[in-house]
Amino acid sequence: MIEQYFPNGIGHYLAGGLMIGAAVGLLFITTGLKGGMSTVFSSTWSFVSKIPFFQQARFTESRLWRLAFAAGLILGGLAWMLFSGSGTWQTGIPWRQLIVGGFLVGFGARLSNGCTSGHGICGLASFQMPSLLAVLTFLATGIVTAQLMVRIGGM
Amino acid sequence: MNPIQLIWALISGALFGFGLSLSTMTHPEVVLSFLRFTDFGLLLVLGGAVTVATLCYQLAPRLLAKPLFGEVWGKYPSELNTRTIGGAAVFGIGWGIAGVCPGPAIAGLGSGNWPLFLVVLAIFAGAWVQGRFFGS
Repeated sequence: MIEQYFPNGIGHYLAGGLMIGAAVGLLFITTGLKGGMSTVFSSTWSFVSKIPFFQQARFTESRLWRLAFAAGLILGGLAWMLFSGSGTWQTGIPWRQLIVGGFLVGFGARLSNGCTSGHGICGLASFQMPSLLAVLTFLATGIVTAQLMVRIGGM
Repeated sequence: MNPIQLIWALISGALFGFGLSLSTMTHPEVVLSFLRFTDFGLLLVLGGAVTVATLCYQLAPRLLAKPLFGEVWGKYPSELNTRTIGGAAVFGIGWGIAGVCPGPAIAGLGSGNWPLFLVVLAIFAGAWVQGRFFGS
């Protein structure tokens, strides 16, 4: 049964998940900060855009640590590549899908004020009911969309 | 924001990025295989992460008067309204098309998954349109 639902095994999924939770917890215990990864895509605009929305205190006051958090993500990816010795690997998803999907991910996550890590990890761990509803919503539309993509010949 | 907090944000981010890479969430193909019910690994990643994060979020404020290098315990306020749910619906559609969400898009760059650079640019564009035309 495990092989049917987890054809690639379960160990690396569990270990990675526990590590992600520990990362979110470490940020909280050391700094008191809570946050997912989508806000940096709004807060970073505050450096260059005069649009009032981006100049809100919630972005200008958090933009530095959010950028440091994002820089850490890149370093973590680099460390894993060097540690695992797996070399680089590139996705085969067509560029049109990456651009269209990425745009909707950015727009939707910022409208919703959270993404898989924001609502999915920080929101749920904070017992936020709206975050739970957001998670169920994006799981539902994500599943439907991904299955439809196969039907219309996407990858 | 003191420099020590920035360093801890960097360290926490590195652990986050390592975990995302180890769990192959930086591979859009793996995310899509979950959304298509052929590999349920993503649920283990999310479940493991939520379990540890919940323990930390709930226990730390009871055991410590304040964060080790900060002054206040932050909150994660989410509101129940059409923006939260409607935005999540749009986010899910994009997630189902690209197989990428914000964290893995950034972490994947570190391991040389260059096509994800397109996703990062597209997410920035989507976030700008949201702030410019649908901000509040």
